[in-house]
Amino acid sequence: MSTKQRKFSIFRYNPNTPEKKPFMQDYVIEEVPGMTIFTALNKIREDLDPSLMFDFVCRAAICGSCAMIINGRPRLACKTLTGDLKGTITLMPLPVFKLIGDLSVDTGTWFRQLQLRTEAWIHTDKKFDPDAVEERMDNRVALEIYEAERCIECGCCIAGCVTANIREDFLGAAGINRVARFMVDPRDERTPQQYFDVIGSDEGAFGCMALMACDDNCPMQLPLQSQLAFVRRKMLAFGLLGK
Amino acid sequence: MMNYTVIVTDVLVAGAGLAGERAAIEAASRGLDVIILSLVPPRRSHSTAAQGGCQASLGNCAMGEGDNTDIHFADTVKGSDWGCDQDVARLFVETVPKAIRQMAHWGVPWSRVVAGRKVLPDGREIEDKKEKEGLITARDFGGTAKWRTCYTADGTGHSMQYTVDSVVIKLGITVHDRTEAISIIHDGETCLGVVARCLRTGELRIYLARATVIATGGYGRLYGASTNAIINEGTGMSIALDTGIVPLGNMEAVQFHPTGMVPVWILITEGARGDGGYLLDKNLHRFMPDYEPVKKELASRDVVSRRMIQHIRKGYGVDSPYGPHLWLDIRHLGAKHINTNLREIKNICMNFNGIDPVKDLIPVRPTQHYSMGGVRTNIDGAAYGLKGLFAVGEAACWDLHGFNRLGGNSLAETIVSGWVVGRKVAEYARDAVLNYSHSLVQGFARKQQERINDLIAGRLGKENVYQIRREMEQTLMDYVGIFRNGPDLQKAVAKFQELHERAQKIGLRSDGKWASPELTTSLRMPGMVRLALCISYGALTRTESRGSHAREDYPKRDDVNWLKRTLAYWKEGADLPELRYEPVKITELPPGDRGYGESSAASTGGNKANGQ
Ligand SMILES: Cc1cc2nc3c(=O)[nH]c(=O)nc-3n(C[C@H](O)[C@H](O)[C@H](O)COP(=O)(O)OP(=O)(O)OC[C@H]3O[C@@H](n4cnc5c(N)ncnc54)[C@H](O)[C@@H]3O)c2cc1C
Ligand code: SF4
Ligand code: SF4
Ligand code: FES
Repeated sequence: MSTKQRKFSIFRYNPNTPEKKPFMQDYVIEEVPGMTIFTALNKIREDLDPSLMFDFVCRAAICGSCAMIINGRPRLACKTLTGDLKGTITLMPLPVFKLIGDLSVDTGTWFRQLQLRTEAWIHTDKKFDPDAVEERMDNRVALEIYEAERCIECGCCIAGCVTANIREDFLGAAGINRVARFMVDPRDERTPQQYFDVIGSDEGAFGCMALMACDDNCPMQLPLQSQLAFVRRKMLAFGLLGK
Repeated sequence: MMNYTVIVTDVLVAGAGLAGERAAIEAASRGLDVIILSLVPPRRSHSTAAQGGCQASLGNCAMGEGDNTDIHFADTVKGSDWGCDQDVARLFVETVPKAIRQMAHWGVPWSRVVAGRKVLPDGREIEDKKEKEGLITARDFGGTAKWRTCYTADGTGHSMQYTVDSVVIKLGITVHDRTEAISIIHDGETCLGVVARCLRTGELRIYLARATVIATGGYGRLYGASTNAIINEGTGMSIALDTGIVPLGNMEAVQFHPTGMVPVWILITEGARGDGGYLLDKNLHRFMPDYEPVKKELASRDVVSRRMIQHIRKGYGVDSPYGPHLWLDIRHLGAKHINTNLREIKNICMNFNGIDPVKDLIPVRPTQHYSMGGVRTNIDGAAYGLKGLFAVGEAACWDLHGFNRLGGNSLAETIVSGWVVGRKVAEYARDAVLNYSHSLVQGFARKQQERINDLIAGRLGKENVYQIRREMEQTLMDYVGIFRNGPDLQKAVAKFQELHERAQKIGLRSDGKWASPELTTSLRMPGMVRLALCISYGALTRTESRGSHAREDYPKRDDVNWLKRTLAYWKEGADLPELRYEPVKITELPPGDRGYGESSAASTGGNKANGQ
């Protein structure tokens, strides 16, 4: 098995020590077959620099913890093979989100705000009856809800979005997709007016410039383009026709 | 002397996975103030990784017809190899259908029954009835008499966690993420809360509560090859053990999942075999029917894992740079099925191995997967030894799973125990008073600060924490794996005693300041080795085979001497746990035959085959 040396250029900055300015630090490690950015960063931390900060949880592209800018593009580090990248591998933290240190950013707080602002839970007046059989649902509807629910809140769509980079309060594709998830759910009893209040503004569906960077960047391959169009159509219909 | 920030609440929950959040909801909706701590944002908890499903005897789908709580009970007890508490199992099976429906009410998009005739991969024809259309459906999982595993396409844990978290957000429950509980504060009788370290700044904080709940998940990452998320390091169990008075139950009961994908050890869900996948050897022969003619690939996990290792030891494994493995074959399920119902498997294969399961075989090997052991509690979830301390989920030994957990029973456990125990926590906290001495509480934090100061100042020694960790992982893999024996376990115990010494002498190579990742691991390291000692010493002492605990030198289950639960205590300054035992509760089903495999697939050949 052939191995070769790979150079990484990694963003370093700890906001707790602002006197030390951000800089790029280079590391060289041996590339083994099948190496991902996850294995590479751990190797760098264990063998070269134990102070390096980054986040991984599932290491299986399920939890959304490890998004970063890899050679200029927002991607999940755990499912990026080093062998698929050319030359020096440059790693930067995601923009838009608050920096915790080096490659670690606070997507958790950002997405929690998003859930609060969009009231991303089922709104219903029904009471749960533990002794009753569940309400029926067409399996097609269940799958449609799940399709939108698959978002793992990694932030790739937000980091690559022009609007989100200039408008701090923009909900982004992930936010609009989250609203779409509840719109298709018959258990959510919100009226069009209630949805309009949440998303019918420039921070929501109308701030989007439809350049579709988000669609290309989503590691879950969510159909963000059609979700944006769906929500926008609904909101326009409501705004113009009041229904 | 400096005082640490003190945050007071009614109920403190360490862990924001399904179990912790479900318990928090129960306490909060009964009017109590709740704070949840978590290493990561709640939706990144390991629960989201569970893809397969969640057991509940709804009996809606054709192959689930006639299912009921009694059958689920019997499957669970047999699965546990009679190691579970049957009163807990009974409470569990009776509650889980309600819990599943509650999840539906809260928003989980469970997959539903679609009426019509279908042909199963083995040729059987079934019909889902019109009158059941639209009710929650189920798939097949190992060790169950009926199809009972409810699911949402390929993301059950994800949907459940997102839904439960949406209720947490709706109720306005406070969550402090990136916060690690590193010590339990107690006065010898009552738990008062925890000392926690902020993983953003490294600052220590004191959380005080009338009731504290450990919901920190499993310890899979002590093993070098595990399907678990990398944050699953058993910290919640180890801080409970460190009290000296709270025992851990059955730590030697470690589940291996038959199908971790070589070489990244990412789980290929049991749904793959449930939906009709085969296991093949190097001659592409489907070997499971030779060993288990009835349940075949779907015998319980411990049995399938052992049969696989046995078959590899006979020389039928496929050689690879990562050791011998077997194949999982789902090609015959067809592109359509794989691309919808098993899409996550397809993604994992493509992303992490560059293979397409529609046309390629998947390399698999049994891999550490689940911790049956944990903080020992009673049926109310109250930990032994300290009032006001509770535990739920994988971190707990409630004891629903005994020596082997059935697939799909742990997601179910999280929402059932979260619900049931959450109510008990609320009842306890409502009446309890928080009585504490300021100096005692601050003293607990100062003790942790001293550990940190010593590490930062380099006063303890020069040991490399990552080296210790690698040696621990490898020792567990080599000597405390699927097949175990006396001499190997002796070696493991001796090695862990050495590592335990060395873990007190760690020297940092970074400055250790702020939220230093090296410091974080160094603080956890001694506790992790203590857990490894509880596992290996418990396994060495238990001279029988039961469920996942398979001793080559004691291949039979021994109900005369070992129908009992191990309780491991750690006294301050000790270098081994103190083991005590208690009887298991048998209320309905006396010990008998499991009805699949033997609890002791006898094996021959080298015992390193379960290495890696
Ligand atoms: C790959 C995989 C697939 C699985 N699939 C299935 C399945 O299909 N069906 C099934 O039933 N089961 C499955 N399981 C098992 C099941 O997912 C877990 O047992 C279950 O989700 C555990 O939930 P939990 O709430 O107890 O813990 P977790 O979800 O692991 O949550 C633990 C929480 O504790 C926090 N935490 C940890 N330590 C600390 C600390 N010291 N201080 C503060 N917070 C802390 C973490 O941040 C996290 O929020 C699977 C497991 C794996 C590994
Ligand atoms: S299409 Fe809209 S949401 Fe997506 S990147 Fe462009 S502006 Fe952002
Ligand atoms: S929509 Fe896609 S890119 Fe955006 S946060 Fe969700 S998973 Fe990530
Ligand atoms: S670590 Fe979970 S998505 Fe990458």
